[in-house]
Amino acid sequence: MSSRRSRQSSGSPSIKDDQIIELVSKLRQLVPEIRDRRSDKVSASKVLQETCSYIRNLHREVDDLSERLSQLLATIDADSAEAAIIRSLIMQ
Amino acid sequence: MNSRSLLLSPNPNSLKSRFTKGLLRALSIINKHRQQPRSSREIRRRHRLIKAAAYGSMASSVGNRRAWSRALLWKIRNQTRKGYAPTRNIGSSTRQLSMKKRICDLQKGNNSKDRVEVGGLGQVDKLRRLVPGGQVMDTCSLLEETAHYMKCLATQVKVMTRIVEVYNIP
Repeated sequence: MSSRRSRQSSGSPSIKDDQIIELVSKLRQLVPEIRDRRSDKVSASKVLQETCSYIRNLHREVDDLSERLSQLLATIDADSAEAAIIRSLIMQ
Repeated sequence: MNSRSLLLSPNPNSLKSRFTKGLLRALSIINKHRQQPRSSREIRRRHRLIKAAAYGSMASSVGNRRAWSRALLWKIRNQTRKGYAPTRNIGSSTRQLSMKKRICDLQKGNNSKDRVEVGGLGQVDKLRRLVPGGQVMDTCSLLEETAHYMKCLATQVKVMTRIVEVYNIP
């Protein structure tokens, strides 16, 4: 069993390394902080850090937007007609 | 015409369109069931419902294609079934923790260069906690799911911002 595992580990690390490097660079393109900084020497740890804070920011924005929506729903007399209007506007 | 400036998505089957439709439907349902007195508790409750609807319709739009959306849908279904009781999650989370430890040990044992490459498991752990279902994924899948999750979150924020703008018009 242990020999099988060591055989696996000697065969796979190069594939896994390349995969991880590729995925990290893909993430780098998606995170606006790093993408706009235009530096090629961003470490993987920095990419992950920025990714975490970016996701946290997005969560917070969704939270804020839900809050505003809940307040707006309280003030308007929305009905499905308005939703249909929005749908047509956004979907066109 | 002004509506042209609001054009966001020409493809009716895109993620954005599916998400928008689902969210608007949920919003009209939430709105229909609202009670008349505008108490702050009612608003907070609606806030929770809307947030759940946003994540829920996002996960439904993605469907079962992604591990994170599956995990999110599973979590939401459990919440509605048990009324926010986390008992099932407690049981599975200990299992997930032991599995995560096994995965980390495997990764540590495999190649130390791999560990340095992703900058220590501290960052990866933080990422695991942020992405739904991240606790049981290996590092490669986690990074892939993170990329897709981030794109969907950005879409979610864009659509909700647009909805808020439209509702803001008196």
